Amino acid sequence: MNNSLVVVLIASGVAYGTPILFAALGELLAERSGVLNLGVEGMMLVGAAMGFWAEQRVHIGSGAGALVLGLVVAAFSGAVMAAIHAFMVITLRANQIVSGLALTIFAGGLGLSSYLGTDLNIADVPASHTFHAFFPSSVQNWPVVGPIVFGQNPLVYFSWLCVIAVAYYLARTRPGLNVRSVGEAPGAADAMGIDVGKYRYVHTLVGGAFAGVGGATFSLAITPTWNAGDSLVQGAGWIAIALVIFAFWRAELCLVGAYFFGAMQALQPELQARNISLGPTELWSNSLPYVATVVVLVLVSWRGSARRLGAPAALGTPYAREEA
Amino acid sequence: MRLTIERRLDQPRWLAVVVPVASVVVALVIAGIVLLITGHNPISSYRQLFDAAFVQTGSIGQTLIATTPLAFTGLAAAAAFRMRLYNIGGEGQLYMGAIFGSAVGIYLGGRGSASAGVIAAMVVAGCIGGALWASIPGVLRAFLGTSEILTSLMLNYVAGYVLTYLVFQSQSYWRQTKGFNATVFPTGKPLPSNAVWPPWNLHAQGGTPIPLGLFFAVLAGIVLWALYKRTRFGFEVQVLGDSTGAARYAGMRIRRKILAVMAISGAIAGLGGASQVGDFSHALDGDPNGLQKQAYGYSGIVVAALGRYNPFAVLLVALLIGGLDNAGNTLQGASFPSGLVGVIQGIILFCALGGELLVRHRVRLVRPVAATA
Repeated sequence: MNNSLVVVLIASGVAYGTPILFAALGELLAERSGVLNLGVEGMMLVGAAMGFWAEQRVHIGSGAGALVLGLVVAAFSGAVMAAIHAFMVITLRANQIVSGLALTIFAGGLGLSSYLGTDLNIADVPASHTFHAFFPSSVQNWPVVGPIVFGQNPLVYFSWLCVIAVAYYLARTRPGLNVRSVGEAPGAADAMGIDVGKYRYVHTLVGGAFAGVGGATFSLAITPTWNAGDSLVQGAGWIAIALVIFAFWRAELCLVGAYFFGAMQALQPELQARNISLGPTELWSNSLPYVATVVVLVLVSWRGSARRLGAPAALGTPYAREEA
Repeated sequence: MRLTIERRLDQPRWLAVVVPVASVVVALVIAGIVLLITGHNPISSYRQLFDAAFVQTGSIGQTLIATTPLAFTGLAAAAAFRMRLYNIGGEGQLYMGAIFGSAVGIYLGGRGSASAGVIAAMVVAGCIGGALWASIPGVLRAFLGTSEILTSLMLNYVAGYVLTYLVFQSQSYWRQTKGFNATVFPTGKPLPSNAVWPPWNLHAQGGTPIPLGLFFAVLAGIVLWALYKRTRFGFEVQVLGDSTGAARYAGMRIRRKILAVMAISGAIAGLGGASQVGDFSHALDGDPNGLQKQAYGYSGIVVAALGRYNPFAVLLVALLIGGLDNAGNTLQGASFPSGLVGVIQGIILFCALGGELLVRHRVRLVRPVAATA
């Protein structure tokens, strides 16, 4: 039963979807404050490299300490990358799209992440510790829930906590309400005494930290190694940006979408292994997440329903008090 | 005293030239500091870079090869961004141009048509392929108001999968099916010789071939400049870019402009794709680690932004960034820090973006006004 296609797909969807989920939660926070950051891919790559480096270099007791430190360093370096974008678009009011793309080029596979990784000599060695499933194998073999829930690495459970935290923060807390108002109507928020610039900085940086953790999920759990270039993350950052829209800017829907996108990545090899042919599987299963996002985008924009579905009204626009 | 940033009422013309040039200089200084901190010698790294890009034998030829696609994608981005239409789908539109262009090249070339006719047909086909692909986000934006940023981006991935599918996962018209090699590794069907774009040989550095596509790119730049500076259409596009409201009150047809500009932008990127096939690869490159790893479409946005969306500046910047790319490819190895090229490109772009603030705004020190009780 645990080998049935559906169970395997859901289980791999959860595993492959987790880095996308982290990055999407971060992008969600930034976008809710009105900052579109297209540099997710670059921030993830830097997070993957720096997290891996920290984990390799530190020897504290068991591996757990090194792994946690790796995550912290990944989050920090993701936030540093996001700080560049924040400075460009919030303080200097630069174009958010161009600045985000610049960040991806600067930090990405042909840029800083390769530079740092090569300089720090971490290429092509296996990780000394990895996040892996820790429940006893008898539990992991329980029907259905075994592989899907108990066969996952600790980062998966951590991501669930993050989803709950972000959803609760945005919906139920005062700062969460403030950040939504900053993303919807910065002028009104400013008039209420909310520091628009500060809110945008904080959420862009936290968003970068999430992207860094997402990158480290690749280098410390999914493919525990590091190599130059962008093969480690391979477009997950862009998928995360799509996912935020796909999920109507809501944390809990990000979870569903991330697992759907993750399962699509696993579909082709699974079908091939079972000798099932559904036409040009690679073509449609790879393209489906992107086509689905376009469809969602169209639905969202149709008849001005974007507002109803949660698109922050001030997304992508700089705020300057004297020009508002 | 505090710093304030206020909008300039008039933008001095000299700033538009000085700021981008200064951006490059500042960027090189910052990247030099990064190099110093990480224990590399910036002077020797830059010298290596410059030698590999423009001085070594054959380097200019290689730089021009790297420049050609960037000139196309840079012009494509500039055409759209000038109207604040953020077409970041140049990547996918380039693939589509390559697919259309190579199909026509294989078909007409195989029928033994005259070379000039085949090349002209490939150019047209490439433009059509790119324009059609760009029209998907264009139509969605014009009629449904869907943000073109993300739709055009998503379609890049779809186009990439289509490209790979045609050569790697199917027995399509584009795939080489005959011969021993075809059974070992999937490759695109080679263009017949009369569909190959002949380079123009310059007697410098012991023979420097200038790709035919580069001439098309320069031509496209001139046409784009004339279109935007000398026609009513171009004027309306610029008004739309500066103020949608003003354009609407003046009765300009916004929907048509969106459709037209997206199609023009896509056509230029698609022409770049046809040039990739005709000038360089001579077959459709479906390898996920081939054309798709070059990210010409994304670099084109950097080129366009640095050239401040002016077609002639874009062509010059393409040469600079193309030189950097070429040097980065040549210098992969132990003695040269890997990833430096991306770092420099990123810093240049950030400096240019920051410099944009100085063009549009004035930064002043002002005394805070004392509050009157």
